[in-house]
Amino acid sequence: MDEEYDVIVLGTGLKECILSGLLSVDGLKVLHMDRNDYYGGESTSLNLIQLWKRFRGDDKPPPHLGSSKDYNIDMNPKFIMANGMLVRVLIHTDVTKYLYFKAVDGSFVFNKGKVHKVPSNDMEALKSPLMGIFEKRRARKFFIYVQDYNESDPKTHDGMDLTRVTTKELIAKFGLDDNTVDFIGHALALHRDDRYLNEPALDTVKRMKLYAESLARFQGGSPYIYPLYGLGELPQAFARLSAVYGGTYMLNKPECKVEFDGEGKVLGVSSEGETAKCKKVVCDPSYLPNKVRKVGKVARAIAIMSHPIPNTNDSHSVQVILPQKQLGRKSDMYLFCCSYSHNVAPKGKFIAFVSTEAETDQPAIELKPGIDLLGPVDEIFFDMYDRFEPVNEPTLDNCFVSTSYDATTHFESTVLDVLNMYTLITGKVLDLSVDLSAAGAAEE
Amino acid sequence: MGCGYSLPDRDSRQLGRPNSENGGGQDAKNLRVKLVLLGDSGVGKSCIVLRFVRGQFDPTSKVTVGASFLSQTIALQDSTTVKFEIWDTAGQERYAALAPLYYRGAAVAVIVYDITSPESFSKAQYWVKELQKHGSPDIVMALVGNKADLHEKREVAVQDGMDYAEKNGMFFIETSAKTADNINELFEEIAKRLPRPVIT
Ligand SMILES: Cc1cc2nc3c(=O)[nH]c(=O)nc-3n(C[C@H](O)[C@H](O)[C@H](O)COP(=O)(O)OP(=O)(O)OC[C@H]3O[C@@H](n4cnc5c(N)ncnc54)[C@H](O)[C@@H]3O)c2cc1C
Ligand SMILES: Nc1nc2c(ncn2[C@@H]2O[C@H](COP(=O)(O)OP(=O)(O)O)[C@@H](O)[C@H]2O)c(=O)[nH]1
Ligand SMILES: [Mg+2]
Repeated sequence: MDEEYDVIVLGTGLKECILSGLLSVDGLKVLHMDRNDYYGGESTSLNLIQLWKRFRGDDKPPPHLGSSKDYNIDMNPKFIMANGMLVRVLIHTDVTKYLYFKAVDGSFVFNKGKVHKVPSNDMEALKSPLMGIFEKRRARKFFIYVQDYNESDPKTHDGMDLTRVTTKELIAKFGLDDNTVDFIGHALALHRDDRYLNEPALDTVKRMKLYAESLARFQGGSPYIYPLYGLGELPQAFARLSAVYGGTYMLNKPECKVEFDGEGKVLGVSSEGETAKCKKVVCDPSYLPNKVRKVGKVARAIAIMSHPIPNTNDSHSVQVILPQKQLGRKSDMYLFCCSYSHNVAPKGKFIAFVSTEAETDQPAIELKPGIDLLGPVDEIFFDMYDRFEPVNEPTLDNCFVSTSYDATTHFESTVLDVLNMYTLITGKVLDLSVDLSAAGAAEE
Repeated sequence: MGCGYSLPDRDSRQLGRPNSENGGGQDAKNLRVKLVLLGDSGVGKSCIVLRFVRGQFDPTSKVTVGASFLSQTIALQDSTTVKFEIWDTAGQERYAALAPLYYRGAAVAVIVYDITSPESFSKAQYWVKELQKHGSPDIVMALVGNKADLHEKREVAVQDGMDYAEKNGMFFIETSAKTADNINELFEEIAKRLPRPVIT
C-alpha cells in the first residue's frame, strides 16, 4: 500500500467503479478501496440475511422466504434505458461481456386512480384506455409527429422550431388535454417535474423518441433492461474492468482517512497505519463528510411479495410511475418490481420498491399511495436516507466527490454525474458515440 | 512478476453475454463454458492461461495487466468441441477482493497452488470455501499443483495434493506453465468431465 498512485478511489458504488474503470483504461495508476468487505457501497444488492441485519437488527429471516443466497435486493433500484447513456458507457467500455441482461416486462403509469400501460406510439395510443375516443386521435397525430421528427430535416418540423417553441405550445397545437400531457411528460419523456412545459420542446421530443426507440430494441413490453442478479453486478463489472487495466483493489479497509497538506491539498489516504500517496481522490460523500451538504431525503419501502404488482399484466419486472399531480405531491413516486425472472429472488418471489423524494418524516404514510398498489406483502421495510452533494472546489483540494443517488428509478442523473466528474478529473470529454445497434440482447 | 496479456479484445460487442447458465450453452456437440481461475497471487494462474491459449511463457512481464477474458476451443475425440471462456482474476485475489460476479455461471473452477509453497497449498482450502459460498453446486473443480519444473524446490508432496483433491471432489494434476507440461492435459480432462446437455 505504501506506493504512489495517480488516483485513489474510495467506495465501490456504481459511480466510483465506473470512474475507476475509465481512469485505469486511460492508463492512470489507480488504487480502489472500500471500508466494507463487499462491493457496491450504497448501490450494492443484499441477500436476505444482510437485509435482515440492516433493517431488523437480527440475522434470522423467516425460513418460508427461502434461501438467503437466492436474494439480490438492490439498495438503489433502477432500470436501464435500452438506448440510454448507461448502455453507451457499457458498450464503450466493453463491460457488457461481464454481465447478463434481460428486458423488463412492463412500463406503466398511474392515472386517475388506476394503473395503465404506457402507450408509446401511434398504434398504442389508439388502443389505450387512458384517453377518450377523440383524445386518442389527437394523441395519435402527436405521436406520429414525434416519430417522424428528424432534427436535421426541416420538412419534418411542420414549420416549428423546437429549440424555441415550448413544450406547452407544441402540445397546444395538437390540442391534448392535461391528463394526456401528464403521462407523456412523466411516464414517457421521464421528466421529474413540470418545468419542461415552459422549456423548448426539443428535449421532450428527443426523450419520447428515446423511449420509443428503446422500446423497439428488445421486443420487451418496456424500454428498459436490467441485469440478472441485480444492479449490484454493475459496480463489480466496472471494478473488474479497472483491475484488468491495472487497478489495485482492497476491500474491508477500515477508516480510509484522506490526508491533506498545509494548503488543504490531498496528500494520500491512510488506513491501518499505512499511507498511500496520490495526486487525486475520488469518493462518495461518506468518505469526505466535511466536503458535502445535505440536499434532500429519499423515502422508500422495500417489499417481498409472492405475486406480481396487480394490474400490470402479470409482469415479472415492471416500473410504474405515479406522477406528482395524480397524487397532489411535489415529486413523482416510483414503483419498481423485479423477481426470480431476473434472479433477484427465489422462484415465486417478487421484490417491490416504492420510492420518492421525501416531503415528510413519515415514509409509511407518505408512500401509502404506492404501497396500496402492491396488494398483500410477505414483508415490508421502511427507510429514509439523506442525499448529499459536494461543496468543495476540486481545483483547490484535488478531491472529486460524487452526488448521492436520487429517488428516481433511472440512471440519467447517475451517468451525467460520472461524465462531469470524469471531465473535471482528466480535462477530457468522454466520447460516447458508440454503435448501439451492434449490441444484441441476451437471449433467454 | 507475472504473465502479461494484451488488452482484452474489443470486437465482441454484445449487450450482455448470452444467458447460458451453468453447464454452458449451445448444442450437445459444441459446448461453451465459463472457467474461472482461483489461487494465491503468484502461483502461476495467468501463465497457465497464457500457455494454454497462446502457447507462450514470458517470465519477464511485470504484472498481470489486461488479463481478463480469453477463450480457447478444444476438440475432443468424440468430435465434440468445448469453448472455454477463461476468466483470470485480474489481480483482484491479492487483497481478497474477488467479486461474486467472478463466480457467476462458472461451470469450471481451476484452483492453483505452487508446489514450492506450502502456504499457497493451504490457501487452496480458502478458495474451495469461497467457491462453496459463491459458486454453483455442480461446478467441475480441478486442483492444480503448478511450477512442477521446480521439483528440486518442491515442498508440497504429490500425495498431499491427491488426497486433498479426493476429499473435496476435485481432480488433481501437476503442471508447469514454463515447460508446458500437462497444460493441455489439464484442459482436456476438464472438457471430458463436463456434464453434457441432455438431448430431448
Ligand atoms: C421515473 C423515471 C424513470 C426513468 N427510468 C430510467 C431508466 O430506468 N433508465 C434510464 O436510462 N433512464 C431512465 N429515465 C430517463 C432519464 O431521465 C433520461 O431521460 C433517459 O435515460 C434518457 O437520458 P439518457 O441520459 O439515457 O440519454 P440522453 O442522452 O440524456 O437523452 C437523449 C436525448 O435527450 C436529450 N436530453 C435528455 N436529458 C436531457 C437533459 N437533462 N438536458 C438536455 N437534454 C437532454 C438529449 O438531447 C439527448 O440527445 C427515467 C426517468 C424517470 C423520471
Ligand atoms: N518456474 C516456473 N515459474 C512459473 C510457472 N508459472 C508461473 N511462473 C512464474 O510465477 C510468477 C507468477 O506467475 P503469474 O502467472 O503471474 O501468477 P498469478 O498471480 O497466479 O497469475 C511469474 O514470475 C512466472 O514467471 C511455472 O510453471 N514454472
Ligand atoms: Mg495473475
